[in-house]
Amino acid sequence: MFEGKQIIVLGERDGIAGPAIAACVKSAGGHVAYTSTECFV
Amino acid sequence: MDLNSQETIKRLADEHGPDHLLVILGAPDPESAEIAAETVVLGDPTYAGALAEAQLGLSVYHVLEDEFRSQIADDVWEDQIGVMADVLEAEEISAAVRAMRERKGEGA
Repeated sequence: MFEGKQIIVLGERDGIAGPAIAACVKSAGGHVAYTSTECFV
Repeated sequence: MDLNSQETIKRLADEHGPDHLLVILGAPDPESAEIAAETVVLGDPTYAGALAEAQLGLSVYHVLEDEFRSQIADDVWEDQIGVMADVLEAEEISAAVRAMRERKGEGA
């Protein structure tokens, strides 16, 4: 799934935060190109 | 979607090509997951950001979809995602993102 891909992580404060998703991706060998944690109010 | 994120995604698509990007969402509900997925597949529906009318057709999955979950070791999943996987409406969120993938001719 991650091979040869630049991964864009769009987390959300009320859902799952960006750094947590990025840690999962990195642990599986993926390359994270961008991480954010958005907040909809 | 945050305007800075839209600008960065557009830049990455220009640099690497849309086929080499993969978007992973952590949205808390089906509605926000659908809007985020729509933004990176069909363009910003609010016409506010850099992705307005930019039909990048990016590959997009939510963290809670089986395709993503199956890639992650159990211990890492528990540490990073943990109880949130039980709290959020995984099935409904997954259906919303899957539907958006299908609109670009990809997905199950």
